[in-house]
Amino acid sequence: MLEGILTGLSTAASPINLLMVAVGCFVGTFIGMLPGLGPISAIALMIPITYGFDPATGLILMAGVYYGAIFGGSTSSILINAPGVAGTVATAFDGYPLARKGMAGKALAIAAYSSFSGGTIAAVFLLIAAPSLAVVSLAFQSTDYFALMVLGLTAVAAFAGRGNVVKALLMTVLGLMLSTVGTDQTQGVQRFTLGMIDLIDGVSFLLLAMATFALSEALMSVLRPKSDADRARELEAQKNLGSMKVDKEEIKEMVPVIGRSSVLGFFIGVLPGAGATIASFLAYGMEQRLAGPKKGALFGQGSVRGLAAPETANNAACSGSFVPLLTLGIPGSGTTAIMLGALISYGIQPGPRLFVDNPSVFWAVIISMYLGNVILLILNLPLIPYIARILAIPSPMLLGFILGGMMEENLRRALIINDDSWSFLWERPLTFSILLIAALTLIVPIIAPVVGRALAKRREAAGEGG
Amino acid sequence: MNSSDKTRRRILAAGLALGLLAAPASAADIESVHFLIPGGAGGGWDGTARGTGEALTKAGIVGTASYENMSGGGGGKAIAHLIETAKKQQGTLMVNSTPIVIRSLQKVFPQSFRDLTPVAGVIGDYAALVVNTDSPLQSFGELVTAYKADPRNVSIGGGSVAGGMDHIVAALIMKGAGAKPTAVKYVPYDAGGKAMAGLLSGEIKALSTGFGEAIDMAKQDQVRILCVTSKERLDAAPDVATCAEAGAKGVEFVNWRGFFGPPGLPEAKKAAYVAALERMYKTPEWETVRARNGWVDIFNPGDKFVSFLEGQEKEIGDLMRELGFL
Repeated sequence: MLEGILTGLSTAASPINLLMVAVGCFVGTFIGMLPGLGPISAIALMIPITYGFDPATGLILMAGVYYGAIFGGSTSSILINAPGVAGTVATAFDGYPLARKGMAGKALAIAAYSSFSGGTIAAVFLLIAAPSLAVVSLAFQSTDYFALMVLGLTAVAAFAGRGNVVKALLMTVLGLMLSTVGTDQTQGVQRFTLGMIDLIDGVSFLLLAMATFALSEALMSVLRPKSDADRARELEAQKNLGSMKVDKEEIKEMVPVIGRSSVLGFFIGVLPGAGATIASFLAYGMEQRLAGPKKGALFGQGSVRGLAAPETANNAACSGSFVPLLTLGIPGSGTTAIMLGALISYGIQPGPRLFVDNPSVFWAVIISMYLGNVILLILNLPLIPYIARILAIPSPMLLGFILGGMMEENLRRALIINDDSWSFLWERPLTFSILLIAALTLIVPIIAPVVGRALAKRREAAGEGG
Repeated sequence: MNSSDKTRRRILAAGLALGLLAAPASAADIESVHFLIPGGAGGGWDGTARGTGEALTKAGIVGTASYENMSGGGGGKAIAHLIETAKKQQGTLMVNSTPIVIRSLQKVFPQSFRDLTPVAGVIGDYAALVVNTDSPLQSFGELVTAYKADPRNVSIGGGSVAGGMDHIVAALIMKGAGAKPTAVKYVPYDAGGKAMAGLLSGEIKALSTGFGEAIDMAKQDQVRILCVTSKERLDAAPDVATCAEAGAKGVEFVNWRGFFGPPGLPEAKKAAYVAALERMYKTPEWETVRARNGWVDIFNPGDKFVSFLEGQEKEIGDLMRELGFL
């Protein structure tokens, strides 16, 4: 294995491959920033260019475009509240409020550092464990995916904030409802398409995200008209990038968040079919929980943790998705499916033997990820933003929407496999454990204060008695 | 610089500005072809159109090729567009494949291949039935025996919805093997890759998928191919039995990909397209594209293509009615 890694290192360090990492990152960042153009279109555009390349070079270029796009998507999320790619929708939740406070520079810097750390840490995981991680991608069955999505939904509390639980729940339900529009993935039946051809494929997540952000902005300006002076002050604050320095206190907050989110993001990425978007939402929800009531309430208002978590997780997931692609030959997403097609057209079949048969391709791609992340950091830190306008309202609806489709699909598949019996919910240990965690996540915050109060009373009573 | 040079550069610039991929015009058989792709960039339709366009232009058979992705409605949006603007689309070829037959039967869109001008089937992929390498079901015969004993124990997955192509193939094979096609416990996934992951995770017993995808996984010893739906054994896998010889009598299935013109395409124009495609097969440029993608040449031009489509529509339609999907 060490020999393979060294071969990969020398391949990755060749001038042409170094150039391709740089080109990939640059193109990816640029395309990722444009709202609506995701990594899939970016990589599809690259395919004709990669013909005639060495397989390692082609894959290095495409991988660079992929994580570059996830990296670049955060810029437009933070600056104009219009996520460039689906994976950076959660980035807007806290990134944009920071920008509105005149701290756009800081927000961009935090996003860049988090993405860099997430990508690099995940690349370390890849390097150490890629061949043995194939097992993890196969450990999850439909029932477990369903449980995972249920767990994800409990993140709704992260958006609820101060006493808005009912509102948040209603919006989650609306999101779940919207996710049922289109052709259902099990029977192929059209649902709620109103006979419109454009609704047959469902509602686009990115479109929904941009529409809700823009809509809330429009409603806000109608309901709360601002005086010209206010508006001028606000514009001034946003024009001003502010310092890009991240202070010690903030770094202290970021480090553990980045550590946890890298692991979570990478793990979600390894599962075929989950991906960067779901990883970013799960990390956001998890960190809000862990932040405690005081810091957690800051989520959505421009929390450093709330920005670092999704930004770390989406990049880590992006690296993680290379595990099933390279070690099993299974594409977990549309983006990796295109890369698989390209690899096969080079005459390389990814699978359990890839790192034995083609060590230079396997390891060179992983090693190029380190370089790519450094390049992205250098590229993104000085990127100068220009406009920022819209008001951010973190939307539980988006959470419901993104998880709803997969939750339904996996539940229905699990039911088919288990002959319509629901017993898998408690008979399969993995499924049961995840559901248990989900239940605890929901119940503990409700129970804890009650129990705490009861305990305090008791102590008081005991104190009085003694 | 003389004026004709200038003009040419302007035309080229205009072409590029429109997003067209311009290639130097020479003594080509057909001046230009516009490929309409009913799905997004990077999909199977996209690859077929762009690959064919690349071979045609590089071999000098077609002057220039341009591409337009119009996804939506499971391909229905592009079909409706081609029909509505038929008069302006004489230079357009739309790529499509077996799902146009299935989705029109399912009434996903109201049109069928009859509302277009079928030009030719160009390439194809056979279907295959695969199991995990360590599956107790080692052969097609064992699978059928287990299925006949209790079909609920032999869940078969696929990368399309219930009643979609992969389900139909599985039912077709079971029917040929003398088992009840309606009893197939079909588990749908939203993409072939996820279905493969489902097979490897052990949640389904067998998978109905494309032979191209199956052979790549079989080469890595991850899956075993029980049978392939070709008429004769394939060079790519001489050890794999055809479904017919493995015991599924008369079962043959090919997922074709081909091209359609707008309705009312003049006979002469259609003949020119057919001739151009036929010439393409013998060029090294096509061989490069074909080998790169692992495609199988299955040329099915003009009237032959129409009668093939009619036959496939009848066979699939009958089976879907039997399965209760129509």
